[in-house]
Amino acid sequence: MTRIREFERHARIGYDGGEIPGVVHLSIGQEAVAAGVCANLEREDFVASTHRGHGHCIAKGAKVTAMMAELFGKTTGTNKGKGGSMHIADFSVGMLGANGVVGGGIGIAVGAAQASRLLGKNSISVCFFGDGAVNRGPFLEGLNWAAVFTLPVLFVCEDNAFSAFTRASSTTAGKGASARAEAIGVETRAVDGNDVFAVYDAARELLGRVRAGQGPAFLYAPTYRLDGHTVFDKAPYRTSEELERKREHDPIAELESYLHRSGVAQESIEEIHLEAREEMVRAMEAARRAPLPTEADAFSDVQNIGAPA
Amino acid sequence: MSVESTVKTTTVTIAEAARDALAEEMRRDPTVWALGEDLAAGGIFGTYKGLLDEFGPQRIVSTPISESMIMNVGFGAAIAGTRPVIEMRILDFALCAWDELINQIAKARFMFGGQTSVPLVVRLPQGIGRGFQAAQHSQSLEAWLVHTPGLVVLAPATAADEKGLLKAAIRSDDPVVMLDPKSLFAASGEVPAGDYTTPIGEARIARQGNDLTLVTWSSLLPAVLDASEQAAEAGISVEVIDLRSLWPWDRACVLTSAARTKRALIAHEAVLVGGFGAEIAATITEETGVPVARIGAPRIPVGYAPILENTYRVTADKIFEAIRKATGSR
Repeated sequence: MTRIREFERHARIGYDGGEIPGVVHLSIGQEAVAAGVCANLEREDFVASTHRGHGHCIAKGAKVTAMMAELFGKTTGTNKGKGGSMHIADFSVGMLGANGVVGGGIGIAVGAAQASRLLGKNSISVCFFGDGAVNRGPFLEGLNWAAVFTLPVLFVCEDNAFSAFTRASSTTAGKGASARAEAIGVETRAVDGNDVFAVYDAARELLGRVRAGQGPAFLYAPTYRLDGHTVFDKAPYRTSEELERKREHDPIAELESYLHRSGVAQESIEEIHLEAREEMVRAMEAARRAPLPTEADAFSDVQNIGAPA
Repeated sequence: MSVESTVKTTTVTIAEAARDALAEEMRRDPTVWALGEDLAAGGIFGTYKGLLDEFGPQRIVSTPISESMIMNVGFGAAIAGTRPVIEMRILDFALCAWDELINQIAKARFMFGGQTSVPLVVRLPQGIGRGFQAAQHSQSLEAWLVHTPGLVVLAPATAADEKGLLKAAIRSDDPVVMLDPKSLFAASGEVPAGDYTTPIGEARIARQGNDLTLVTWSSLLPAVLDASEQAAEAGISVEVIDLRSLWPWDRACVLTSAARTKRALIAHEAVLVGGFGAEIAATITEETGVPVARIGAPRIPVGYAPILENTYRVTADKIFEAIRKATGSR
């Protein structure tokens, strides 16, 4: 969680300093969902993510040096600088990509699960998506499909309270995401998405069912986006009082107070923060030194047959 | 590929050729599978007939009517180690899955920096078909697809090419869009015996001639051949090129023929405005300076009543008139 937080803090520094050219969506405040779910995953399991996917990538084991280089648009990036923040993928750890389209990852996760079954593999799929995705067709289609074919998929709705600049509650009818999943007959749990232990336990229970071949499951994890929709959104649609109130439930602060209560020394906690910070400083330095793509790189990796000239 | 007269052949319909191609590839490669609506019933055109019995429901997957999910599940399965054949029933329904095709499938390899290939085939039977199905079941939209980087686009018109190109498509590591000629599924043709593929990107000279190069593809080929026969009777010798692959397309074949005949005409079933014929026409003009004409549908939706549909249709008679006009024989 601290690595995710520090990665994104440094991504913002890179953007504000003009070193990161493109759009970055930060998940600051939402780290417990990524960490709590992915702590239950194996390397060969698949994850499909969202436009706000740094946390899911890091929690699944993607290399932060390559991720940071990708944000810088460098050839040493996870995607050789061709994707940027919204498309970070690391296939070597089963991370099938962030996605620039809301709900875009749902079918990908379901398809990877169907492939695993066909190939006789034990890999399962986890699909992260936000509150906005539950109002798109792929949410219905994907849950229905996974249920019809009893596929090993854990759907995780990370409700950060905002669909871009708009409160999710104002655009979602009925009883919400969990009720919709239940209506499709998918096993559902709801937990506090800022409580990493609760997320971990619920995901563990649901993944046990998923791995046992009992079909898909759905985890609803309400959390709160402490930053804007993008790095250039100052979020004028909420009050500073609301933000301050939510900061008191920052998942990392909550975890720290748990550790204090459990007798962990303050200096040990600070050591964790320091290590994460130093790791990201090194990642930024490496990204600065890395080479930029050339014009020729714009023409590669498009297609083999009928490749661009 | 050219089918030599010495090669042993069998006569099958295009639908049967398509089914045989898939069956052969599924026998050859256990990672090949198909998903789409009503596949257990053989598909609406019979292109999956009998495959469930041989391959079972894990590999011949009858899906919900969820086009965007069919497309994206196929994509997810392709980047997770399998080679899916994604059946869209008809092209028009694939518009419900355009995000998945254009935003995900076509771009994935590039966007992910070459970490993955996307070995899948999307099958989009297109065109007017058996007729009188109106505006949402009759479209030809190859221009949209050829316009999209990342996709290979095929448009066969014969049984031999349906089989050979589908097999080549399944073996390709690129995402391939197969525009099955809907109106020709029941048409029979000679198919070489045994295992073969048709090279992607190679056109076929369907008829040799000297006065005009006529480029076409997919469902319009029979009408073009009919019109060329009428032209022959009127003393005009037409060379017909069945393009077969729209991306990549066989520039050398088209340009060589056009330079030799000194006149070119492109005929397609799709709407003329912004159609793929415009790209070929521009290329011929840029590369050879040969005068080029085009014929396609008017920019109108396909109407239901026979007179409305026929107004949209590019018929043999209309093509013959275009041939006469292009060769100055009017």
